[in-house]
Amino acid sequence: MNQAHVDFVLRIADDSLILGHRLSEWCGHGPVLEEDIAMTNIALDLIGQATSLLNHAASLQGEGRTGDDLAFLRFDREYRNLLLVEQPNGDFGMTMMRQFLFDAYRTILFERLQSSSDEMIAAIAEKSLKETKYHLKHSSEWVIRLGDGTEESHARIQESLNTLWRYANELFYTDAVDDEMRNAGILPDLSDLRQQWENTVNHVFQEATLTIPANNWKQEGGRKGMHSEYLGYILAEMQYMQRAYPNMEW
Amino acid sequence: MVTTSDLWLWLEEVSDPEIPVLTVVDLGVIRSVETDGKNAHIVITPTYSGCPAMKMIEDQIIEKLKEKGVDECTVALTLSPAWTTDWISEEGKNKLREYGIAPPENEPDKTVLFAKPTLVPCPKCNSSNTRMISLFGSTACKAHYQCNDCLEPYDYFKCLR
Repeated sequence: MNQAHVDFVLRIADDSLILGHRLSEWCGHGPVLEEDIAMTNIALDLIGQATSLLNHAASLQGEGRTGDDLAFLRFDREYRNLLLVEQPNGDFGMTMMRQFLFDAYRTILFERLQSSSDEMIAAIAEKSLKETKYHLKHSSEWVIRLGDGTEESHARIQESLNTLWRYANELFYTDAVDDEMRNAGILPDLSDLRQQWENTVNHVFQEATLTIPANNWKQEGGRKGMHSEYLGYILAEMQYMQRAYPNMEW
Repeated sequence: MVTTSDLWLWLEEVSDPEIPVLTVVDLGVIRSVETDGKNAHIVITPTYSGCPAMKMIEDQIIEKLKEKGVDECTVALTLSPAWTTDWISEEGKNKLREYGIAPPENEPDKTVLFAKPTLVPCPKCNSSNTRMISLFGSTACKAHYQCNDCLEPYDYFKCLR
């Protein structure tokens, strides 16, 4: 087993799983029916991606575990997702801002991963990219609608941006895992990832009349398993059945 | 003696669980069929990563082929090449329209932000005076539209490529 390879896949998988779970919390609580349906559709795409990715990580591990085992039987320190995706839903604007910052990054990542030397990763990226393009279209339009909307919607989504901006830098986190994956051809060149992401984000924020906060405080740790307090609560809810009734199926 | 043309014919009796008017063959999710004369091996691909119908499609294929006298039937899942609405047959598109679901239009690339919503003619009255209500609809593969003329709310099978 190549630990870096497993970690690399888990990072992408856990982003999908945790954000998918977060979005699913909106089920039945959306501000309007159409958005309730949209958020749960996006959640479904993300959880579908997570299923493929976690199954792949489990097979790379080669220890007889399944994707389900990885989702339901790891502890918080073993999760590799970004801090951004575990942040609470807040109001609808906060959820759309979190989604937009993530979608803008994810679209570029999946575009590049289509040429990964890991054929399964390339296949999952090709499939997921088609879905992620829809997600980005949806979230960017809402950021613009709310930012360039009423005085109140503008103030609230600007506040969401101020809150979430500290987690955006982690999108570009790299370490030895990335170096090893790049050398193996599994991770294509992403040196212009930040530039590409900023192009999208600046364009949308300009349309939305939003201002990137001057405060440069950056928070990271998720890629190494150091999470905010929120992840534990997510896992407590998500893993409850499997922890309470080990090996149950339905 | 089972042939691959038998298999294709029989698979046309398996309908999509979420859009029963379409068969799995119309939908383009059957990627390959193989047989040694007695057993069958079918490869399918999901429409969307999280499509909840895949397990049911697999079970229905196995059930149908057993019923037709195939000894052993295995179904495998493939992700690449990724499914696209271009694989929906012309017949499938007509069936969708008759059923009240607007079939996929030739859409520009979604990466172009700020593009105007796709013009989707009403499947009831064929008017082009329609509006998009939501990019997401009752299943992962559909968007929600309404006709401004006859007021019909309808599903649009959104373009995926």
